[in-house]
Amino acid sequence: MAGEWAEAFDLGWREPRDAPDGEPQGDPSDRGERRRGRLKRLRDSLARSRSALGAELRSGLFETLDAATWERLEEALIMADVGAPTTADVVGRLEIEAESGAFSGAGATRARLVELLAEIAGSKPAKIDLRDSPSVLLMVGVNGTGKTTTTGKLAYRLQRELGLEVIVAAADTYRAAAVEQLQTWSERAGCQIIRAETGGDAGAVVFDAIAAAQSRAADVVLCDTAGRLHNRADLMKELEKVRNVARRRLPSAPHEVLITIDATTGQNGLRQAKLFAEAVDVSGVVLTKLDGTAKGGIALAIARELGIGVKLIGVGEGIEDLRPFEPREYAEALLGE
Amino acid sequence: MFDQLSERLQGTLAELRSRGKLSEADIDKAMREVRLALLEADVNFKVVKAFTADVKARAIGGGVLEALNPGQQVVKAVNQALTELMGGSGADLVISPRAPTVILMAGLQGSGKTTACGKLAKTLIADGKSVAMAACDTQRPAAVEQLQLLGQQVGATVYSQGTERDPVEIAEWALGQARAETQDVLIVDTAGRLHVDADLMAQLSEIKRRTKPHNVLLVVDAMTGQDAVNVAEQFAEAADFDAIVMTKLDGDARGGAALSIKAVTGKPIVYASVGEKLDALERFHPDRMAGRILGMGDVLSLIEKAEAEFDEADAEEMQRKMMTAQFTLEDFLKQLKQVRKMGSLSSILGMMPGMGKQIKEMQNQVDDRDLDRVEAIILSMTPAERFDPSIINGTRRRRIAAGSGTTIQAVKQLLTQFEQMRKMFKQLASGRQLDPRALMQSQVGRAGRGGGRPSGGGRARRRR
Ligand SMILES: Nc1nc2c(ncn2[C@@H]2O[C@H](COP(=O)(O)OP(=O)(O)OP(=O)(O)O)[C@@H](O)[C@H]2O)c(=O)[nH]1
Ligand SMILES: Nc1nc2c(ncn2[C@@H]2O[C@H](COP(=O)(O)OP(=O)(O)O)[C@@H](O)[C@H]2O)c(=O)[nH]1
Ligand SMILES: [Mg+2]
Ligand SMILES: [Mg+2]
Repeated sequence: MAGEWAEAFDLGWREPRDAPDGEPQGDPSDRGERRRGRLKRLRDSLARSRSALGAELRSGLFETLDAATWERLEEALIMADVGAPTTADVVGRLEIEAESGAFSGAGATRARLVELLAEIAGSKPAKIDLRDSPSVLLMVGVNGTGKTTTTGKLAYRLQRELGLEVIVAAADTYRAAAVEQLQTWSERAGCQIIRAETGGDAGAVVFDAIAAAQSRAADVVLCDTAGRLHNRADLMKELEKVRNVARRRLPSAPHEVLITIDATTGQNGLRQAKLFAEAVDVSGVVLTKLDGTAKGGIALAIARELGIGVKLIGVGEGIEDLRPFEPREYAEALLGE
Repeated sequence: MFDQLSERLQGTLAELRSRGKLSEADIDKAMREVRLALLEADVNFKVVKAFTADVKARAIGGGVLEALNPGQQVVKAVNQALTELMGGSGADLVISPRAPTVILMAGLQGSGKTTACGKLAKTLIADGKSVAMAACDTQRPAAVEQLQLLGQQVGATVYSQGTERDPVEIAEWALGQARAETQDVLIVDTAGRLHVDADLMAQLSEIKRRTKPHNVLLVVDAMTGQDAVNVAEQFAEAADFDAIVMTKLDGDARGGAALSIKAVTGKPIVYASVGEKLDALERFHPDRMAGRILGMGDVLSLIEKAEAEFDEADAEEMQRKMMTAQFTLEDFLKQLKQVRKMGSLSSILGMMPGMGKQIKEMQNQVDDRDLDRVEAIILSMTPAERFDPSIINGTRRRRIAAGSGTTIQAVKQLLTQFEQMRKMFKQLASGRQLDPRALMQSQVGRAGRGGGRPSGGGRARRRR
């Protein structure tokens, strides 16, 4: 489910300064090898617990198409947290198409299924918009889903690999040691950080960070925010205020609002995305912790019901463990391939 | 999302209830609905299958097919099976006769371990115990600092050795420190780890082996989906945990993971974490959780939440006023502000039982922004107007509308609905049954909209 970095960002007029294909610097002949190695690692980790269905799909679940086949498929999708409505939709569509003879044979059925899933996930994932200078990205989401880590990984990717000038804003002024946590990430990524004391005003930090980016002609401002539950109206309002403060400093900001969704999240993920989107116009999902056994199927439901697609995936706690989203690989992983 | 479960159950079961005698096929149909509903609450697929099979057997064994009121028998069977599954022993922390009592915290990344350490420490300190915490998360940036800050806030000693040493050694060393300092309790915070990370799981086993904890607690996020079962099984294998702490129950997740984990490991859930603040830790109530998963509402939690927010004397006074129709707009404003402290309107409504359908409709209609408008309107009134809205004439209405940035129509509507509400309170006070439609019509949340049918308020509407 990881795509190419070169496809992940819309840099506008900017030329990536260092590694043009977005791969880590080094001997070019090395690169393809490294990429393959990494993808393999990713796939290995994704497939650590292959479901029995994965094996069945390969060994011919679709050889005969009967009620049991569709039930088995439903089970797989439900177990991947896709949720009943989206599962019913996918399986229903596949069944109808199969009956109408649109395709036949196990291979074609399987291929169509993957295509359907990938289509729903967003066949052409939208790029992350970095055309403006500075471009402002707001990281939002419920507690513990991976906002700060993603901010750190993304800062590294943009600063070190694309050679952009990044400023991170430590706008989680609530949680204990949240600022210190981001400070560490900013050191790893080699970027600037704008911070305030814990208990300070989150909006002011964002405002200052944008101002700093403008005066230093930095390219990107990444704003980490405090985790909050979507059903806390007061906290959602506060987030809206932070967004509005950003707008006041730079009317085109924020250029992206990314919500982190933990891949282990169940059906509640849909409500998270819905309520965050209502408050701050979420432009994309970062699906984190895909290195576990959870498949992150709720992202499919989010894409289908809210039209918000995944842009990035998190596959570990290391600074390089962030990848662009690739719908087809995601679809295959959902099926336990 | 919110009330799909209760709606489904209520829908199907009401259908059954109205039909009298049932066939086995009828029960199967009901069980399909129950199954779907439980899946929506994130109960694991396999657990759901086993559960519905069990309920079906009970229903048939209990003579539902012949029963006079089969619907109710099914409800009873579902409820019983769920409560039994969730319930069981009134579990508690084990306090060792020989100090220190060691508590080891484990779980996935971001599940709430460190926060729970701080909360537990606070509770135990309030019980008069001396508490120390060991900072064994050397993985996540600033995890040590986080624990240190929490320690400071609750008055617990924190044993830390930076991030360079092996967590196993830090844990062992901290235990020695706790002994030397005769601490009553040592809470060991660990790094979040994935259940499939063999190295880190082995490390956890080793920490357990060396510190011989009296309690190993698995910390689980209430929003967890189908994977909860894998997680629980793997952690049970590596650390044989004793009990579970469920976190983020202040959210609106149904928390089906609680059922899944209980079903596959049999371990009790001891604590419910219900907020980011350090006093947001409660004893876990299996029956309430069963109700929450079943969508029966969470009245008890709602009452507790209200109790926490409302000053008791205040609340009594308010209730007296409501019941005697002395309730003024000023009181209403105060009330509104307090209610809003408990969360968004839809989340509060979601906790109310028994009105699945209506609640769902209301949830789609109430918009917290409307409440902003209501507040603005009342704030634009003079004290005299708030005390006696009947003095509000055309001129006053115009002034209020301008002052609050709303329309005259909106002001009028709020006043009418306030009047309706007062009537309803009187009706309540006289002990008559509450008519849910009356409640809906008087939803003041719809007042600020300035006439017309409530719409999505220009916001994204649910797509199907
Ligand atoms: N395995 C794994 N762990 C991750 C990933 N992303 C984040 N984490 C871990 O999840 C935990 C929470 O991550 P944070 O980045 O602190 O999450 P957050 O959303 O900023 O949390 P709050 O600010 O506390 O709400 C940390 O222990 C991270 O190391 C991922 O992709 N895979
Ligand atoms: N709303 C809410 N947030 C919580 C709760 N418990 C923990 N958190 C938050 O979840 C995030 C991760 O918690 P933390 O204790 O650092 O998790 P750890 O990684 O398991 O140690 C933090 O933002 C906490 O403030 C809870 O019960 N409710
Ligand atoms: Mg954070
Ligand atoms: Mg921690």
